[in-house]
Parts: sequence; C-alpha cells; structure tokens
Amino acid sequence: MPFIANTDEQRREMLTEIGMTEEDLFASIPSEDRCGELDIPDGLSEQEVRHHMASLAGRNRTDLMSFLGGGFYDHFLPAAADGIVHRSEFYTAYTPYQPELSQGTLQAMYEYQSAMCRLTGMEVSNASMYDGGTAIYEAIMMSLRVTRRNRVVMDETVNPIYRKMIRSYTRNLGIALVEVSHENGQASRSKIADALDDATAALVVQTPNFFGVIDDYTDIAAMAHEKGALLIASVYPISLALLKTPGEMGADIVVGEGQSLGMGMHFGGPYLGFMTTRMKYMRKMPGRIAGRTVDADGRDGFVMTLQAREQHIRREKAMSNICTNQNLCALTALTYLSLLGREGLRDVAQACADRAYYAQDRLLQIRGIRLRYPGHWYFNEFVLELPVRADEVIRRLLQKGVAAGFPLSAYYPDMEMSLLVAVTEKRTKAEIDFFSHVLEVSL
Amino acid sequence: MNVPADLRYTDQHEWIRVEGDTGTMGITDFAQHALSDVTYVELPEVDREFAKGDELGAIESCKAAASFYAPLGGKVVEVNESLDDEPGVINTDPYGAGWVCKLALSDASEAGKLMDAKAYEAFCGDEN
Amino acid sequence: MKLIFDKSVSSRRGPRPVPQEMEMCAVFPAGLLRDKPADLPELSELDVVRHFTELSRKNFGVDNGFYPLGSCTMKYNAKVTERVSAYPGFFYLHPLLPQLPSGQTLVEGALEVLYEMDMLLREICGMAGFTLQPLAGAHGELTGTMIMAAYHRDRGNDRKTTILIPDSAHGTNPASAAIAGFDVKTVPSNADGVMGLDALAAAMNDTIAGVMLTCPNTLGLFNPHVREICRMVHDVDGLMYCDGANLNAMLGVCRPGDIGFDIVHVNLHKTFGTPHGGGGPGSGPVGVVEKLTDFLPISVVRKAADGSFFLDYNLPKSIGYIAPFYGSFGVILKAYAYIRMLGRDGLKRVSQNAVLNANYIREKLKDHYDLPYPQTCMHECVFSASRQLACGVSAMDVAKALIDRGFHPPTVYFPLIVHEALMIEPTETESRETLDAFIDAMIDIARLAEQDPAAITNCPKTTPVGRLDEVQAARKPDLASLGDAKTQ
Repeated sequence: MPFIANTDEQRREMLTEIGMTEEDLFASIPSEDRCGELDIPDGLSEQEVRHHMASLAGRNRTDLMSFLGGGFYDHFLPAAADGIVHRSEFYTAYTPYQPELSQGTLQAMYEYQSAMCRLTGMEVSNASMYDGGTAIYEAIMMSLRVTRRNRVVMDETVNPIYRKMIRSYTRNLGIALVEVSHENGQASRSKIADALDDATAALVVQTPNFFGVIDDYTDIAAMAHEKGALLIASVYPISLALLKTPGEMGADIVVGEGQSLGMGMHFGGPYLGFMTTRMKYMRKMPGRIAGRTVDADGRDGFVMTLQAREQHIRREKAMSNICTNQNLCALTALTYLSLLGREGLRDVAQACADRAYYAQDRLLQIRGIRLRYPGHWYFNEFVLELPVRADEVIRRLLQKGVAAGFPLSAYYPDMEMSLLVAVTEKRTKAEIDFFSHVLEVSL
Repeated sequence: MNVPADLRYTDQHEWIRVEGDTGTMGITDFAQHALSDVTYVELPEVDREFAKGDELGAIESCKAAASFYAPLGGKVVEVNESLDDEPGVINTDPYGAGWVCKLALSDASEAGKLMDAKAYEAFCGDEN
Repeated sequence: MKLIFDKSVSSRRGPRPVPQEMEMCAVFPAGLLRDKPADLPELSELDVVRHFTELSRKNFGVDNGFYPLGSCTMKYNAKVTERVSAYPGFFYLHPLLPQLPSGQTLVEGALEVLYEMDMLLREICGMAGFTLQPLAGAHGELTGTMIMAAYHRDRGNDRKTTILIPDSAHGTNPASAAIAGFDVKTVPSNADGVMGLDALAAAMNDTIAGVMLTCPNTLGLFNPHVREICRMVHDVDGLMYCDGANLNAMLGVCRPGDIGFDIVHVNLHKTFGTPHGGGGPGSGPVGVVEKLTDFLPISVVRKAADGSFFLDYNLPKSIGYIAPFYGSFGVILKAYAYIRMLGRDGLKRVSQNAVLNANYIREKLKDHYDLPYPQTCMHECVFSASRQLACGVSAMDVAKALIDRGFHPPTVYFPLIVHEALMIEPTETESRETLDAFIDAMIDIARLAEQDPAAITNCPKTTPVGRLDEVQAARKPDLASLGDAKTQ
C-alpha cells in the first residue's frame, strides 16, 4: 500500500503486543455510525497518476499569448526561487511552534516582514495572509478595532472580485459598507469627501487601480485622517519598485496580492496576502508575526510573537480566526525579492511599464480604438474602448492563440466595449506587434 | 498570595483603592500570577467614561490575554503610562507601581458592595 | 546568522530576468515615483541560494524525522504530488480564463479536477456538495459558519444568535463563529473527555444556531453520543458543524454526513498529505448536506449533460465570494493525486494504520506518563506531564528533550482541558521502527525526569539556538529590519 509503512505482519505483531484486535481499534465508533465500502476507484500507480494528471493539464490552455491580468499576472520566475522553496526542510515543516527547530522558517518570516516594510514604506508587517482579498477584509476589521467605528468606505476602482468578497464577509457583522463610484477611471475626490464622515473607520483604495491607473492618494489620506478614519491601500507589489509608496502617501494599512512576487498563477492559488502598517497599530494587526530576540547565551534568534492577539489564546475575542500564515508563499516572495534585488525588481517594473506603454501606443493607432480613461498615468494595464463588443474581440483573438485581455462588462455592466489589457515583462515586442496586428484585422 | 486588607476586589480579579471620589485600580496578585510575565497592557483612554463592569482594557502575556473591567463606574482621569515601557511591574508590584488607572468615581459609596480582602481570598480559594 | 539584508553588496546583481530589447517608453513624472529605491538586498544568485540553504538547515520537517505534532497530521508528503501540481498546464493557468467568452473550454482539465475532487470528497464525507474555495482550515470554519448564518437568515429566523463549542475545541472554532457574527458559548467536556448530553441539554435552547464539534475530538476520542447530539440540535433547527481536522481517523470507516453532521470542513494539508509549508498554504474545502447546497460560495463547478464542465455563478442564496477564485488550486491538485493513488482500499488503510500507531504509542507509554483519558484512542493520544512536573519537568521540558533526541515534539499545552498536555499524533506513514525509537526516547526522558531532572530542563543543547526569550520579544518587539526605508 503506498505511503503506509507497516507491513501486515508488523500490524499483527503490534496489535498482539498491545493486546488489541483490529476490531478494537474502532470499537468506540458505534456500528450504526459506520459506513460501507466507499465508491472510490482503485488506487493508481505513480506512473498512472502522472499520466492522468498530465492529460488533465494538457486540456488547459497555457499556450496562449496572454494579455490577461486583472490583478493576477504572468511574471517571469527565476529558477533559483523554485529550487529554494522546494528544499523539503522548508515545505515539509509546519508552524514554528518549537523555535529551536524552526530558525529557518522564523528568520525567513522576519526577513519577509522586513522586505515588505521596505517595499511598501511601512514600519511593521505580518507574516502574510491567504490572499489580497482576505487581506483587505482583515485590514477593515483592524480599522474597526483601532477606531471603534463600524462604517467603511470603499472605492469602486478596487478590484471588483475583492469588493464582492468584502460584501460577503461584512454581511453578518453589522458593518455599514459604502461603495463610491469612480470618475473617469479614478477615485473621485469629491464623492469620497462626501462619503467620509465621523463614523467612518476606514477608506479602502487601490493603486494602480483595477483599470491600471496609477493614483497618488496623498490627498485622500489627508481627507480620511481629517475624519479620524484610516486609509487602507491595496497595492501591486511589483509596481512599488518604481512608484511612490503607500507609506509616502500616508496610508495606515497597506495590503495586496503578492502572487506577482514569484508565484505561478496556478488557476487562482495558492496566493499571498500581505499586510503592513504603522508601528502604533502593531498590536491591532491580525496574523502571525515573527520577532527577533535572544537566547540565554545572548545568541540572536527568532520566535513567533505578540501571540496574545491570536485565536489560540483569545479564542472568540481574537483579532482574526486566521491560524497560520501563507508561509511557503511568503518564502517564495522573499526569495524572489532577494534574487532580483534592488535593481532587478526595478528592471522588472520598468520593463512591465515600458512594454505596456509600447502596447498602448501600438493599439491606439488602430482606427476606432481609444483609451477609455485618458489623461492618467498607467503602470502595466489599461482599458481600451473598442468599436465592437469586447467579448466578441476576445473570441476572435482566442482563435489566433491570443488572450486579448479581460472584458470589463463581467463586473461593470455598462462597459461592454471595454477591454482591460495587461502587459508584463514576459511579453516581447514581437508578441505585442502580433497582438496589435491580429486585433486590427479582427475589427 | 498577597491580598492587602485596605483594598476592595472584584470577581474579575481587579482591585480598587478608593480615596475620596477617586479610585485607583489594578489587577490582583492572583491574576498576575495566573497570567505569568505581562508583556503588554492596553490602557483605557483618559477622559472616557465607563460604567461598572465595562471593559477598560486588556493585559497580555506570552501565553494568555485577559480583559480588565471597571470595578466601579466613572471617568478615567489618569493611566499608568510607565506600563508601556515596563509592563513587568504588574508582576513585581501589582498593588503599587503596577497600578493601571485612576477613575473619578461617579459614586464612591458603591465600593462597599465589592469584596473585601477576606471575601476575595475565599473567592480565589474557590477558583483554585 | 546574518540577515539577508546584511549580506548585501552595493551593485551586485542576481539573475537577470528581463531581456533588454526595448527602449524606455514609460517615463513617469517624479511626483509619482518613490523617493529612493526599495532597500532590497543586492546579491548574486549563489549568495541567495547559500543563504536559504543555510536557513533550511536550521529547520526540521517531516523529511528530517518523526513529527508527531498532535492535531496537525504531519504525514509524509508524496514527492509525486509536488511534481504533478507544477505541470505547466496547471502552474501557468490564469484564473480569469474561464470568465472569458467560451472560456470554460480553455480550462477543461482544471475544471475536471475541481469537479472530480468535489465528488471524491462528497463520497468520503457523505455530503451532498462541496466548495473547494476555503484557503485553509480556519477559512473553512468561517465559510461553514457563514453558511449557518445564511441558512437561518433564509428561514427568517433571527433568533439564532449563538453557537455552542466544547471546551476542548481548537481556538479557531470560537474565533470563526465570532467573526461570522455569532455569540459563542462554551460547553464543558464530561469525565470521559467528550461533550455529554447533559451539558448540551443544559446549554440548548432555540437561540442555538448550531454546534461545532471536532470529530473525533482533540483528545483523539470519538464521541459515542454524536448521533444523539445531532438529533438534539436538529430539534431546535440548529446545524451541526464537523471540524474535520481529524478526518484521518475516520477515512473509510465512518462519514460525518451519515452520522448527522450538516457541514464539514476537510484539511487537505492534513488528511490528504499536502505539505504544511512551514505554516501554509493550506486548503479547507467545506461540504454540506442537501438543504445547504444553495448557500455554498460562488462559484460552483458543474457538469453539463454533454459531459463538459462549467462554473455556475447564478446562486442567488449563496453566501457570496469568499475567495478570489476556486481555492488553493495548487494544493487541491496534490490532494487529488494523493487520493487517486490511495484509492478505496488505501483510504481505509490510512485510518487503520493511523489509529493503530496512536494506540501503540498510548499503550507503550501509559505506564510512564499520566493518561487522563485512558480509553482506546483514535488517531492521536493525549498524555499529561503532570507526574514529571512534580519533579520539576514540564511538558515543554519534555518537548525540548525530544528535540535533542532527534524528534519533533508533540503538540504541548493543547487541548486546554489537559494539564501539561502532550498530544501525540504519529500518522499512518510512520513505521513501527520509528515509533519504537520515539517510545524509547520518551521512556528515557521520563526516567531522567525522576532521576536527573536537570538533564531534561537544560535541553535543547543540539540546536542552533537555545530557549529564546519570548517575554522580551513581546515586550520590546523587533519585527523588521527597516534599512533605509524608515518612514516619516
């Protein structure tokens, strides 16, 4: 039997030694609670399972030339990151409950926290959360604890998937959730000013926003603070190699999806939610945190700390129900950031923006296509307004092996002609030229 | 276990010393012992009003966390800010330097309804 | 050991990922740029590889040795599952593809995996439908309690405010119930270590929205009253939630759905052998009975009459979106492959061997450590170090002494209802030889605790660091090295 060590002979010996029978083992389960034979196929050999999985994988289109983003990006992954993360001392360990046996995991958590602080321009980070959407939700709950208020304002340019998640999560908690519509693809200053009041715990914004627009929220942070509310900024970490940090803008809590930091898209997960904040809110932050301390001989070492916030101690009064972090994904992000380093990450970010602007130039030369939201700076994604329905264009280009982008009507019903196009450093000039060509002839 | 005779006690293991209309409160020796090394005290905001039994703040150690409650109703007039730097004084001197906050009591005579030292000692005996 | 940031050498470069084929097209105004570059390390690829290799050597995983961490099911993680999960057809698959026009044909293989996994888990747990979206066990609990809230709301019953949870439960249970909007009431365990009918009856009333039970419970005990508990809860229109953290004990033997549970979550990283990753990523699919399938999160994978698969977003009673997409797909793939390799007979052998191994340890150690609940256990057994504590040796000291003997310690100080708890879960992938070596080490520690306690209390001596000052860590938190990124 695969993965089970004891032989039948050993089983018999063990049972005899402890004076039990096979039946005794499950005697505490009443017979009426037992089930019959499961209707599950016979086990596969390793060769069969690899063949089976390969055939399933073969029925997924990862061969497309993709301009699909929407918050989840196809970045180049250096081979060394994979090699490191697959050290089984890392991936077959669990929560570092015993710090003496877990200094590898714990130091990596501390380094990850440090790297995320440096990237976002903040002072303290947790050791990661499930994904970018649950990180926003946790940030909202944190803002409620800090302000003792229960009203939240969320900008409509925050990823619509995350906005749907926030609606689900806040539904049972008596939280007043207000969503503010955008203006020309950007957070509307006047509408946000109207929406903020003295009961508002937090304002949630995103940059680059879902339409790819880079927004400097310095003014919005001041507006929120004037009302005693926190600014929660959701960000795309790669962009922070170049762009003004949420720390510089005055954000109080920074969150985001870390998938772009070395993780495959993997059809939706596992991903990486990150969260950083100001020192003064450290003890209101949810999630696992590693800290540096010393042992009895004065040697530096790392432990999980501030655990009194967490569910295993506070139970129903905990700051979150979250139990672990997304540790291996955080390790992946740390190795990715370390391998690329200060300059390499800037190169990647600049290459994304360069290619996206090159693509924008090419595509806007096509008759009938315009930029849906002109007058802004974009990072690596932008919205095209097409002369025909976006889903029709996508359909035609799929036949040419190109995933042209995302049809915004899926989340914004009045945007049937709008196509969200993303470009990463993986798309070459030749591919962008080809995309432009097939798009033009498809119209 | 140290239970000073001149204080009043609650069933949540707070103590209060009433002087005129002001009450100084903290957590008892029994409570600090149960928590072990205190690592952080979340202090109430000065000027906030609390009814008797309202949650004032929380005390954390490595292995536990406990809220503490207003022994009597009143307004917070002073908090022990030295606990931010030295939370461990709650362990070493719970009735002295480890005081938590001072309340301007709305009705100091209510203190008579709290446990005296003898009653509290008996109460802790039961809890054990 | 130095931090990676402290090894940085100005201008040193790692791998060069981007081809330099394009001139700079994007020149942002200075106001949009960060003041100075993010202070990330500047290292060669070899520097980075060496740093993390050195870190990995300061870690202990299942591949290093026995890891009997109770309630965590640290079984072997089959290498082949890592391999198949990383197949490019899965790894590079964009999650928004199925939302393109006719997009479901672009991801047929992935949808089939999700659909088949749903079917397998239904059969294993006796449920009518599963969502694979929850991203961890605790996230599954939250999903389950949100489904409870949606069910009662749908029935217009606004009196269902409270969830009952036994005192032996994992802390995530009450925390999850609380953030789904419920009040939590704790039910004490009886002398046999399980939730008794009297205690339940005393707590029961028509405000009870449901009960969360871990089955078997955190003491490794199967509650013989569980069917009756389900009946009592159903009588007040409450729902029964099964925390499936310990499903390893029941595989192929009994099913939560058959006993009367309405909701169950499964930890794929425990029961189905996906790696724990040092603390995530996990995956916590949630199964429900027929009357609750309408409340499952958006979206659900279905099979059309022509045999093709599609994602159903039209679920008006759903609790909505709880995850961005379809779950921890990379983890689900590994668990799916694992189940397919075990097959029907293999699943049953899992529970048979997990339970045998736990009882073998229980019997062999019961004369050396106190066993507060001495009955036959299931997949794990919980000892108390109270006898050792009398000699000045705590459960934590026993744990540290095991480290020096080459073992990962069991879970200590949990469940909370056992004084000085040592919670041992061997799992089915461990051999008798390993168990015997562990048992010998435990007996040796018990002997030393009586004869020479200092030999135990000064452990560990073989690790890169000794016992660390956790009090100082929490009093004066040092949580990051900020470099030159210190903010205003």
